[in-house]
Amino acid sequence: MNPARAQAVLAAEWIKICSVRSTAWTLAVTFLLSVSLSYVVGLSFRADFSHLPPQQQDSFDPLFATFYSLTIGQLALVVFGVLVVSSEYGSGTIRASLSAIPQRGLFYGSKVLDGSLAALAASMVTVIVTFFTAQAALGPHRTSLQAGGSAQAALGACLYLTLICAFAMGVAAILRSSARALGILLPLLFLGSQGLGNIPKIKAVTQYLPDQAGMVIMHLTGPPGDARFSRPYGPWTGLGILVIWTAAALIAGYLVLARTDA
Amino acid sequence: MVSRLRRPVPAGGASTFAGGLDHFRGLTAARASPSVSQVIEVEDLCKRYGDTVAVDGLSFMLRPGQVTGFVGPNGSGKSTTMRLMLGLHAPTRGRVLIGGKPYRSLREPLRQVGALLEAKSVHSGRSAYNHLRWLARSNRIPLARAREVLALVGLEAVAAKRAGTFSLGMSQRLGIAAALLGDPPVLLLDEPVNGLDPEGIRWIRGLMKGLAAEGRTVFISSHLMSEMALTADHLIVIGRGRLLADTTVAGFVEANSPSWVRIRAPEPERMRSVLARAGIDVEGTADGALEAREVAPAKIGELAAASGLTVHEVSVHTPSLEEAFIRLTGNAADHQSGTWHR
Repeated sequence: MNPARAQAVLAAEWIKICSVRSTAWTLAVTFLLSVSLSYVVGLSFRADFSHLPPQQQDSFDPLFATFYSLTIGQLALVVFGVLVVSSEYGSGTIRASLSAIPQRGLFYGSKVLDGSLAALAASMVTVIVTFFTAQAALGPHRTSLQAGGSAQAALGACLYLTLICAFAMGVAAILRSSARALGILLPLLFLGSQGLGNIPKIKAVTQYLPDQAGMVIMHLTGPPGDARFSRPYGPWTGLGILVIWTAAALIAGYLVLARTDA
Repeated sequence: MVSRLRRPVPAGGASTFAGGLDHFRGLTAARASPSVSQVIEVEDLCKRYGDTVAVDGLSFMLRPGQVTGFVGPNGSGKSTTMRLMLGLHAPTRGRVLIGGKPYRSLREPLRQVGALLEAKSVHSGRSAYNHLRWLARSNRIPLARAREVLALVGLEAVAAKRAGTFSLGMSQRLGIAAALLGDPPVLLLDEPVNGLDPEGIRWIRGLMKGLAAEGRTVFISSHLMSEMALTADHLIVIGRGRLLADTTVAGFVEANSPSWVRIRAPEPERMRSVLARAGIDVEGTADGALEAREVAPAKIGELAAASGLTVHEVSVHTPSLEEAFIRLTGNAADHQSGTWHR
């Protein structure tokens, strides 16, 4: 691989990402939804805390209240990831792209890398602002970045969001259509935010879904020590499961691109 | 049945739009002619989609310095062939070599091949300038060139507008700007005059001829033979994915539509028998004239004079390229007019 050529293709894909309105919109919505919801969730915990049963007061995890909003905010980030890839197909740009960059692996790799970098940057800003906004709302029940688990959860949140976005890019490359990709991803992730991985009878399977495995590190699966919410894997293993899903989706997406007539 | 499009305009030097051509030269040709002239070889190309054979054993060669017209009825496999040439579709069999290499192995292909595809290939939300900007960046073409080609196709004023707001003609001009971006020695244009107004069509003819005159390989597809008559030097004619002719424009007409002589005489029956005695077959027409094929008009005059017959008209008629084309592709067309009624 010629490094100058790779650099040129990365730069070209970056221009593509920056030159459509949907990028600014989806990333702004990711940020605004996550931050504003974290404030609302924090406030409601603060207001209702004294009414909670003592057992729940004891097991209260401020990180759950802090990062819960990301499960909603991620939906906009997933739309971003899907559009980065599938807008090529919807608009026919794929033909111009493959005429300019016939090395499909280089084209796809650059696009995914650029999209993931944009997602990582947006995630870092979102996670940091969300964290401090939530602490302001939680007031006396807040935690700090120095407290045990907070930094790991925040780092995990950045990685989680970036990986979910990359996973969405892979799914979009497999399905080659925004409608189909979002039709699968949005319901799946929305149900995930509602606790799909904790439903007793199907938990054995659903806890291995990409978002369910990845969100353990953000303390979003339930209070620790509660058998109902326990998972047979730890936070980093959970993130590892998400990495495997993401890699599988991206590889499958590449194989579809490499073998399909554009 | 006499067409006004008897012969193509002489190729190369003469332009129907000289002003536009000069304008264009100043902008595109940093060098007088492309440094590498590229020969394109299409070898036994086949493409099958399920049970449908779109391209069936196509072989031809494109040479620099001339406009080659790629003609066939709708659905004859032109667009598929173009996509195969660009490596967008993988051939079922055969290959296409551009300067000896398959397209997919070209490093910075926009510098070697400029292509305009019939299907739309621009994101509707991206501005014309940004579309050219990412294309230029991907092939390490200087950014100033994006402005140059926008000026060349007359889209400077709308460079910042989103491509989704463009008319068909403007989109076509943007596609041509993208094809010219890398100043390539080879141009492959699928139906470039689609959606252009008459001025735009004239402009594109001049542009294509100018590019060929600079030594570039220019390949243009069209389902309109009359358009190719005015633009092309050489013709590749296909029908149902098969090669029907690979010849010069003049050669094509000669081979596929022999000219005929029209004769009008006050005594057609006597005329007919005189000619028949000389071994010349004639056919009567609805208006009472006679038509003879494969005969020199001088011979008719001599025969008439020898028999003391008056002749009012002896004229040579050459069928149009369009007629020759329909005659050749008629058998190969998928959607022939009239078959619905049978």
